[in-house]
Amino acid sequence: MAQIASITLVHTDEARPIIEAIMADNPGVRVLNMPGAVKLDCDGTITVKRASVEERIGRSWDPQEIQLVLVSMAGNLDEDDDHFTLSWRH
Amino acid sequence: MSGTKKLGLRQRYEYLTRGLDWETSYQPMDKVFPYDSFEGIKIKDWSAWEDPFRLTMDSYWKFQAEKERKLYAVIDAFAQNNGQTGISDGRYANVLKLFLTGISPEEYQAHRGFAFAGRHLRGAGTRVAAQMQSIDELRHLQTQVHTISHYNKYFDGIGEFPHMHDRVWYLSVPKSFFDDARSAGPFEFMIAIGFAFEYLLTNLLFVPFMSGAAYNGDMSTVTFGFSAQSDESRHMTLGIEVIKFLLEQHPDNLPIVQKWVDKWFWRGHRLLGLVAMMMDYMLPKKVMSWKEAWDIYFVEAGGALFQDLGRYGLKMPKYADIATAEAEHISHQNWAVFYQYTHAAAFHTWMPDAEHLDWLSEKYPNTFDKYYRPRWEMWAKMEKEGKRFYNNALPQLCQTCQIPMAYTEPGNPTEICFRSTQYKGETYHFCSDGCKDIFCDEPEKFSQAWLPVHQIFQGNCGGATVPDVLRWYNMNVGADNMDYVGSPDEKLWNEWHAEKLRQAS
Repeated sequence: MAQIASITLVHTDEARPIIEAIMADNPGVRVLNMPGAVKLDCDGTITVKRASVEERIGRSWDPQEIQLVLVSMAGNLDEDDDHFTLSWRH
Repeated sequence: MSGTKKLGLRQRYEYLTRGLDWETSYQPMDKVFPYDSFEGIKIKDWSAWEDPFRLTMDSYWKFQAEKERKLYAVIDAFAQNNGQTGISDGRYANVLKLFLTGISPEEYQAHRGFAFAGRHLRGAGTRVAAQMQSIDELRHLQTQVHTISHYNKYFDGIGEFPHMHDRVWYLSVPKSFFDDARSAGPFEFMIAIGFAFEYLLTNLLFVPFMSGAAYNGDMSTVTFGFSAQSDESRHMTLGIEVIKFLLEQHPDNLPIVQKWVDKWFWRGHRLLGLVAMMMDYMLPKKVMSWKEAWDIYFVEAGGALFQDLGRYGLKMPKYADIATAEAEHISHQNWAVFYQYTHAAAFHTWMPDAEHLDWLSEKYPNTFDKYYRPRWEMWAKMEKEGKRFYNNALPQLCQTCQIPMAYTEPGNPTEICFRSTQYKGETYHFCSDGCKDIFCDEPEKFSQAWLPVHQIFQGNCGGATVPDVLRWYNMNVGADNMDYVGSPDEKLWNEWHAEKLRQAS
């Protein structure tokens, strides 16, 4: 069975550029829309890139800010200055 | 070294969380940390602890303050705009009653449990993470009480929640779950709540259910739910780090950890049966069925997780297959229990209407029409004839999960499942092999369980009759309990609705 790495975000104006960045940077991402929330799934690994989010919001963005809109996730977390990544790969 | 270059996240986290503790000299370390060895867990190097969130205390306060500001803006807006009149149906308020009486007090227990772990685990990194989680859990209780207090102005069954939590029969199910975890050692607590509850199971509570709150027009509950859940992501990460850390530290830890994973998975599965019922029966507008949520959050997400943990030799929890099979039954069996005992419950019940029955048939093609629809149709018919069915006998309870013995045999949904064992000359009864195994591993602990029905029969719950017991529960009889139809809640809801229609015409 494919191991699915996943991020769920609230569906708000603040989260929308992050959702768009994830969809642009993770080919094959699958989207489950729920009332109030969006679940994004990828096989193996899913990442949020700082640069992609900043490009969309026009200001600097700290990947830790994702905590303000994060609902849930699956995978081993690797967080750094430039990305927020969930992965089942080692 | 350049004096101007900003430190990276990893370095900042290292500097702000490490080297802050010390080896005690006035007292031996084993006396300062007396609880972190008796469980048999072996730790060679506490500094190997990794916190992938790398959250420092200054960032923690900043983010949490921001979350609170957002949440309270929504709570205020909801109250100012009489949001309670815009929910999908008056029945919806009953999920909040069950949530506040059954779940919010456990946030407080989690707060206390993580405060204990944050004091008694020897590693500084682990203590910091547990202390942050302890503060989070207190925040969850507070925000839940603040949010739901607005509903308390209008709906019954809410105001006595702490009193009821300690006394009412079905609330002993979540209470005993957390009492069990909190009276265990700090490592078992971390596996029980940090891993099994937060990582494996909390999604099932907070994601589809809170999405359901949004769908039912409850803007304030979805906001506290998702605000809490944003902390949960950090808690889930703590849970998975705990398990990896323990398994990496010493091979002798594996069988102990596996036993705790088996135990707490099964206990969590039983506890979440209440959420299954909330999702399938109590949300007037439905987001997904319990079975669908189980498939996404346990079968798929749990499957990926255990595939990953397999490299340490950790296996899927025992009876995971049985739990998955039960996902097609558990909400129906629980709703049947509460329907029969509606006179003793502090929320309202009802029989599903035709549209709801069809939704259940569609979502449960293997089980609903065959086993449950005929029963609901019969009970609806009896209601119409003025012979509404109440069960007036007190149920036998499972010694471990404390749920009435209403679950069925694996593979045979027409036969009630009973298990029993002997301990010190007494017979103890169980709803399942999972619950029996847990007892048999710790009989001294579980033989002391405070079982509501036993306590009623022993005369410890206000008296010998149902009205005596309900008085002892502080239940406002005729308002808090019984069916939604005919309740003061329904009357109020219908008045609001009539007023809206009158003003619109």
